[in-house]
Amino acid sequence: MEARRIVKRFGGLVAVDDLSFAVREGEIFGLIGPNGSGKTTVFNLINRFFPPTSGTIHFGDRRIDVLSPHQICALGIARTFQVVKPLRRMTVLENVMTGAFLRTGSVRRARQKALEVLDFCKLMHRKDFPAGKLTIADRKRLEIARALATEPRLLLLDETAAGLNPRETEEAMDIIRQIRELGVTIIVVEHVMKVITGICDRVMAINFGREITTGPPAAVVNHPEVIKAYLGEADA
Amino acid sequence: MHRYRIWAAVALALLALALPFIFNSPYYQHMLILILIWAALGTAWNLLGGYCGQVSFGHAAFFGLGAYSAGLLYLHLGASPWWGMALGPVVATLVSIPIGLICFRLRGPYFALAMLALGEIFRLVFLNWISFTNGPRGILMVAARPGKILFYYLALAILGLALWWSYLLIKSKFGYYFVSIREDQDAAEALGIPTTRYKLYALLPSAFLTGLVGAFYMNYVAFIEPNVVFSLGNVSVMIILVVILGGVATLWGPTVGAAMYIALGELFRAQLGAANVLAFGVLVCLVILFLPNGVVGEVDLFKRLMGGKRRGDVGGSLGSP
Amino acid sequence: MALLGQTVICGLLLGGMYALIAIGMTLIMGVMKIINLAHGSLVMVGMYVTYVCYRAWGLDPYLGMLVAMPVLFLLGCVIQHFLINRLLEVESVLPENQVLLTVGISLVLTEVIRFIFKSDYRSIATPYTGEALLVGGMSISIAMAVGFVIAMVFTYLLHLFLTRTDLGRAIRATAQDREAAQYMGVDARRVTVITFGLGSALAAAGGSLLLPLFYLWPDIGHLFTAKAFIITILGGMGSTTGALLGGLTLGVAESLGATYIGMGYKDVVGLVIFLLVLLFLPHGLRSLVRR
Ligand SMILES: Nc1ncnc2c1ncn2[C@@H]1O[C@H](COP(=O)(O)OP(=O)(O)OP(=O)(O)O)[C@@H](O)[C@H]1O
Ligand SMILES: [Mg+2]
Repeated sequence: MEARRIVKRFGGLVAVDDLSFAVREGEIFGLIGPNGSGKTTVFNLINRFFPPTSGTIHFGDRRIDVLSPHQICALGIARTFQVVKPLRRMTVLENVMTGAFLRTGSVRRARQKALEVLDFCKLMHRKDFPAGKLTIADRKRLEIARALATEPRLLLLDETAAGLNPRETEEAMDIIRQIRELGVTIIVVEHVMKVITGICDRVMAINFGREITTGPPAAVVNHPEVIKAYLGEADA
Repeated sequence: MHRYRIWAAVALALLALALPFIFNSPYYQHMLILILIWAALGTAWNLLGGYCGQVSFGHAAFFGLGAYSAGLLYLHLGASPWWGMALGPVVATLVSIPIGLICFRLRGPYFALAMLALGEIFRLVFLNWISFTNGPRGILMVAARPGKILFYYLALAILGLALWWSYLLIKSKFGYYFVSIREDQDAAEALGIPTTRYKLYALLPSAFLTGLVGAFYMNYVAFIEPNVVFSLGNVSVMIILVVILGGVATLWGPTVGAAMYIALGELFRAQLGAANVLAFGVLVCLVILFLPNGVVGEVDLFKRLMGGKRRGDVGGSLGSP
Repeated sequence: MALLGQTVICGLLLGGMYALIAIGMTLIMGVMKIINLAHGSLVMVGMYVTYVCYRAWGLDPYLGMLVAMPVLFLLGCVIQHFLINRLLEVESVLPENQVLLTVGISLVLTEVIRFIFKSDYRSIATPYTGEALLVGGMSISIAMAVGFVIAMVFTYLLHLFLTRTDLGRAIRATAQDREAAQYMGVDARRVTVITFGLGSALAAAGGSLLLPLFYLWPDIGHLFTAKAFIITILGGMGSTTGALLGGLTLGVAESLGATYIGMGYKDVVGLVIFLLVLLFLPHGLRSLVRR
C-alpha cells in the first residue's frame, strides 16, 4: 500500500497535510502521534470514508482513493474502529459471520469461517453474547475478529490496546503477531508505546497531519521531535 | 426441535385454511381478510423497515400504485382488474428503484421524511391528474365479483408468499446484511457490504408485495380513491403501527400485529363509538412506551431471559421467526 | 405586474406566519434531535383555544393568543416530560420509534378535539376579516399584514431570549452539544421540557395569527405539520434565521404555485422543493448563501 502526498482538509482545519508513505508487504507498520494529529483520518482516507482533498492512494497497482469503502474492503483492506462499532443487536458470532459473508454466500461456510476466527481471537466463549453487551476489551477483539473474517491482505488497527489492562494488552499483541504470521500486512495506530516498540517493524510519527520521522520503533520513539510533540501535548 | 416446528407449521396452515369456515359469516370473513391484508403489508414493510432499518413513511405510494394499476386498467381499457394483480406489483417495483436510489442517500429520520414526502407527492398527483386517474372521484368497479371465501384464500396466498420470501431472505446472507446495515451502516460498509445495493434488495420485494396487496385491495373493495389508497395516516403510518404492535424485525410480528390492530379496532368501534380513534391513539402511545419491540419481540426477549437458547437467528432476539 | 406583486407579497406575509410555527418546530428538533409529527396538532389545539376565547368571551384572536400560548406551553411541557423523555430510556430496535410516538400524540390530540368540537368547519368573523389595504393596485388583507407584523415581533423576541438570557443560552448550548452542555452544568432534561413548551407556545401563536385566514377543523394539523417540516428542512434544522428564510420561501413558492400552476398542485411544489433540499442541501438553503 502506498499513499502519495495525501491531504485532507475539514473546512479550515488541515487534518492530514501532505503525507506520503509506503507499507511493505508482510510488515507491521506503526503510526503514532499525539491526540488529534490525524491518525484516524489517515485510516478514513485509506478505506475512503472520506475522499482525500488531494493526493492518491494505491494498493498493489490499483488506485483505490476513487473506490467506495465496500469495494476497498472487497479488495482486501479491512479496518477496526477506534470508537468501536459493534452490530449491537447481533450476537458475536453473527457479527463475525457478517464479515465472513464477503467471501462466501453460504451461511454454513460463513459460520464455519466465523468460528475459526473466533477461536483464533480467543472469543469463542462469547460467541452467543449480544455484541452490545460486551466489555470494552471484548469489543475491541470483536472488531479485530470481524475484520479478519473478511480475509484481508492489509489490516488497519486503530488503537486496539486503548483502555485495556496490561494482561489484555499482552493478549492483543499476541493476536496481532499471529495475524502477521498468516501473511497479513498490518498498520497499527497506537498510543501505548509498549505495543509499538513490541510489535512494529517500522514506525511513522506524525503531528498536525505532517510526518515527523519514519524508521525503526526505538529510533522513532526516542526522536527528539517526537518527544517534543508528545510533551507539547502534555503541557497544553 | 425441527420436527416440532414442522408440525406447528402444518397445524397453523390447516387452521388458516379452515378459518373462513369456522367464522362462517361475511362480517367475520371480512375481518379475516382485513387481517391478512394488513399482515401482508406489515410483513412487506418489515423487510425494509424492521430488518434493514430503513423506516419508510411512504409505503402508501407502493400500495396506491398497485391499486391504481388495477383500477386504471379497468378504467381505461375495461380490462378485468384481476390483471392488475400482475401489473400492480411490477409497477410498484419499477417505481421503487429510482425512489430507492434517490432516498437511500439519506439516513435515519431524513430517509423517513423523504419517503413521507414522496408518498404525499404520489397522492397529490393522483388527486389532481383528473384526466388520467379520475381524481378525487376515484374509480368504482361495477362487475360481478366472487364471494368472500375466494378473496380470503387469495389474501392468504399473498401473506404466505410474503412470509416465505421474508423467511428465505432472513435466513440467508441477505438477512445478516440487512440487520448489519440497520445496526451500523458505517461498520457494514467497512465490512465490504455495498449498503445502497442491499437496501435496494430489501426495498424491491417490499415494494412488490405492497403493490400486490394494493392490486388485491382494488379487486376486493372495488372502489379506490387517492385519499384512501395513498393515505399517509391510514396506510403508511398504520403499516408501521401494525409492525411495531406485533414486533419489529420478527417474522410473525406483523401478522400478530395485524390481528391485534383489526380486532382492537373493531372492539373500540363497537364499545367506544366516536372515541374509537382516540382509544387507538392512546394505545399507540402506550405500546411504544411500554412494548417498544412489539408483542412478539418481547416474547422472545422474555424467553431469552428465562434461559431459553435460540440459535442461528440473525439479529439476536430480534431476527427470529 | 400587480398580480405578480400581490402574489409575492401575500406569500411573504403568509410565510412570515408559517415561519413562526416552523421556528417552534426547529427549536424542538434542534434540542431534542427528534422529528415531531405532532407539531401541526399543537398548532391546531392552539387555534381551538383561541377560537374558544373568541366564542365564549368575544376575545379578539390577537388577544386570545395570549391565552393559547401559556396553555400550549403547559401542554408541551407535559408531553415532553411524561412521554418523550420517558421514551429515551426505552431500548428499542428502531430509533424512529419516537417519530411514531409523536404520531400517536397527534392522533390523540386530534381526536380529543374532534370529540369536543366535532368535525365541523369553523371560522371567526372579526371586524377586519375581509378588509384589505390597497397599495398601488394591489390589495393586501389586513389580517395578513397584522399577523405578519406580530409574527416578526415574536421572532425578534425569541431571538433576544435565545441570545441574551441564561435559559436561552442553555437551550442553544444543549442544541449544539448535549453532553458538553451537561458537563457545563445545564440540566438537559429541564431544558428539553422547556423547549418543547416554548415550541408549542410558538405553534399556538402562529396558529392564532392564521385563525382569521383559515377554516378550522380538527384535521388541519396535518397541513401545518407538513408546512413546518418543509420550512425546517429548507432552513437547515435548528436555525431560527433559517426557519424564517424557509418560511418566506415556502410562502412565496406556494403563493406563486397557486396563482400560476393551479391550487391543486401548489402542495406538490412545496414537497418537491422539500425533497430536493433534503437530498442536495443537507444544511438547508443557508448553504446556498454561504457558498
Ligand atoms: N469528520 C470530521 N470533520 C471535521 N473534523 C474532523 C473530522 N474527523 C477528524 N477531524 C479533525 O481532524 C483532526 C485529526 O483527527 P483524528 O481523529 O484523525 O486524530 P487522531 O490522531 O486519530 O487522534 P486520537 O489519538 O485522539 O485518536 C482533529 O482535529 C479532528 O478534530
Ligand atoms: Mg484516532
